[in-house]
Amino acid sequence: MNADKILDAKGLACPMPIVKTRKEMKTMNTGEILEVQATDKGALKDFQAWAKSSGHELLETNESNDILTFHIKKGE
Amino acid sequence: MSEQKKTNIILFSGDYDKAMAAYIIANGAAAYDHEVTIFHTFWGLNALRKDEPIQVKKTLLEKMFGKIMPRGPEKMGLSNMNFAGIGPKLIKKIMKKHNAMPLIDLIEMAEEQDINLVACTMTMDLLGLNKAELRETSQYAGVAAYLADAEDGGVNLFI
Repeated sequence: MNADKILDAKGLACPMPIVKTRKEMKTMNTGEILEVQATDKGALKDFQAWAKSSGHELLETNESNDILTFHIKKGE
Repeated sequence: MSEQKKTNIILFSGDYDKAMAAYIIANGAAAYDHEVTIFHTFWGLNALRKDEPIQVKKTLLEKMFGKIMPRGPEKMGLSNMNFAGIGPKLIKKIMKKHNAMPLIDLIEMAEEQDINLVACTMTMDLLGLNKAELRETSQYAGVAAYLADAEDGGVNLFI
């Protein structure tokens, strides 16, 4: 999936993946897609919950070699 | 998006681990676009303390309190397994390995995210803490200000 921006949050511990993602999202426009790579085990549930509550859309989640990759479409 | 939600945390504890939990939740809530306030009271005030000694006029008892209480977050002890100060050193080593942020970094992140760091003025008086000894970003208030935030708040925690 093509992303407008990629955020490397690998190696970061809770709550930093979400904090950095939110920061990055603020610089983006509605409809743009952010790819986030994370290794924090809690990120899977965290990103699902965060996207839902913040009005963004979590389009896709992939996991390979312990790296989680999220594609999030910016909401209003 | 709906109107802004609020998270209010009372940090009563002056333990490193408990303060860490409070600041992790606060930073997470800020990432949820909540308006976040941490209300520091009693021992929790020490999280806002600057680490260098500040010259202020104090009574003997206040001086004693000032000496005994941790000067800033990195001097705080653990609520469990403190082992006379060895515990915090060990846990900081482990935190580094796991890339967890030290408390001082979490506090700076909180400032960056515009989290309201409020110091309870009544307990400041009790513990003999002066405004000059606390972080510049500190705000000062009492129970009424906390309640005003909390009564329509979504998340309310006492740590």
